[in-house]
Amino acid sequence: MPLIEAIGISKSFPSPAGTRHVLEDVSIAVERGEFVSIVGFMGCGKSTLLNLLSGVTAPDKGCVRLDGKPVEGVGKQTSIVFQNYSLLPWFTALENVRLAVNAAQPSASRAQQKAQAERYLKLVGLGNALHRRPGQLSGGMRQRVAIARAFATDPEVLFLDEPFGALDALTRASLQQELMQLCSAAGRPVTTVMITNNLDEALLLSDRIIPMTRGPRATLGAPVSVQLGTPRRPDQLAHDDAAIKVRSHVVQCLTDHLQAVAV
Amino acid sequence: MILRKVGNFLLPLVGIGLAGLAWWTASLYVTDLPSPARTWEDSKIYLLEPWAKRGEMDQGMARLAYYSLIRVAQGFFLGILIGTPLGFLLGVSSIAHRMFDPVIQVLRPISPLAWLPLGMVLFQKSEPAALFAIAVCSMWPTVLNTVTGVRAIPQDYWNVARVLRLSKFTTFTKVMLPATLPYMFTGFRLSLGIAWLVIVASEMLTGTPGVGGFLWQEYNSLIYSHILLAILTIGVVGFLLDRMMGLAEARLRAL
Repeated sequence: MPLIEAIGISKSFPSPAGTRHVLEDVSIAVERGEFVSIVGFMGCGKSTLLNLLSGVTAPDKGCVRLDGKPVEGVGKQTSIVFQNYSLLPWFTALENVRLAVNAAQPSASRAQQKAQAERYLKLVGLGNALHRRPGQLSGGMRQRVAIARAFATDPEVLFLDEPFGALDALTRASLQQELMQLCSAAGRPVTTVMITNNLDEALLLSDRIIPMTRGPRATLGAPVSVQLGTPRRPDQLAHDDAAIKVRSHVVQCLTDHLQAVAV
Repeated sequence: MILRKVGNFLLPLVGIGLAGLAWWTASLYVTDLPSPARTWEDSKIYLLEPWAKRGEMDQGMARLAYYSLIRVAQGFFLGILIGTPLGFLLGVSSIAHRMFDPVIQVLRPISPLAWLPLGMVLFQKSEPAALFAIAVCSMWPTVLNTVTGVRAIPQDYWNVARVLRLSKFTTFTKVMLPATLPYMFTGFRLSLGIAWLVIVASEMLTGTPGVGGFLWQEYNSLIYSHILLAILTIGVVGFLLDRMMGLAEARLRAL
């Protein structure tokens, strides 16, 4: 049984120009321990899909199940990393992470919560920035705090909404590496769904890539397995035959649909 | 650079001097209006012995201002004690907002002079009536700014609360309150300004000792210098209050 399962979900929003049908009849299944990337153009409804899968918002139609149970709100074992970091600016890095630990483990003592928050911040290389506020951190450091916060609650399911989208290429690469390490170092297999518009990023991290057609009424294309060994290195991916095949499949799927729309 | 600094210091003095000149000129033409020098001569005892207490109204300016400030503080705190929770309620609940917004819009423009008699009817005594008038007049900026602040909380922060599954209480203390605090403080500052406006009117009507009460009594005793003294005191104290709140607000925003 898949860990995350969405069946025929639709979502629309009211807008001044009438109802905007962002998603229509979308289904997806993610196995336990899998890393799935959903790749699509900007504004195609990827974030909407992620919000539905993670329980941040509810679908108009269809249902989302986590471990066989219908999703109502964000689950206990679920962590989400947003593109715009979503840190609370009035707290230090440590307090931001501790707030998450506190919500997940309210019975733990304050010192224990702090220690756990500190451990994860050190894992992402922020040991010397514990007491700085988000305003005093660079974009990359802020996203590191957000990632530490996501992992600090020891999640079973991780949703990443363009986690590296706002970062420069170098920072992006080093954070991708750290994410891989964190995923493999976690105590149990972490099931991850990532939204991205960067195909190389998806190739680097995922077991499976699902192209998403452009909205309105966006749907998902056929998934592609990425059968490459791990750990992967970005420079390999440029030449690896299997990687080139996957890339061309996804690009074709996305552009085919574009042409179909244009005609 | 130096010229600029000198200007920063001198220009306000020039402005004050010109205003004084206008006052002095006016006093030449209006026989009942005392000149600046005459005003100083008549009222220096109130400033040189600021804490003196010679009679019910015949007291040093600092003491009178102190009475007024105590009253303002009580009314102001009462006002924000009611206004802040009300602002949060109207900010989070669109039902409550639609229900009470018309009421607020009607109550807001009512003058303290109109509230005071109602306060007298309700409480039968001038002191609580004055507090009532101050509270009910000064709370609106706090209410409206808090509403604005709550509504301006970015979706990001609500997402944090939802994703971390924070309890209602934690969401309030760790997310909503800090996010709204700068707006609340803007409201407090405006509220305090209004409270200070109201105090004078309410003291004049109720005849309680304070700067406003003093002003009204001296008018009735035809001592016009003292009216000017009271007016200037009201202005200076109000200015200082606003400055203090401004500093507190700036400090808060810098956090």
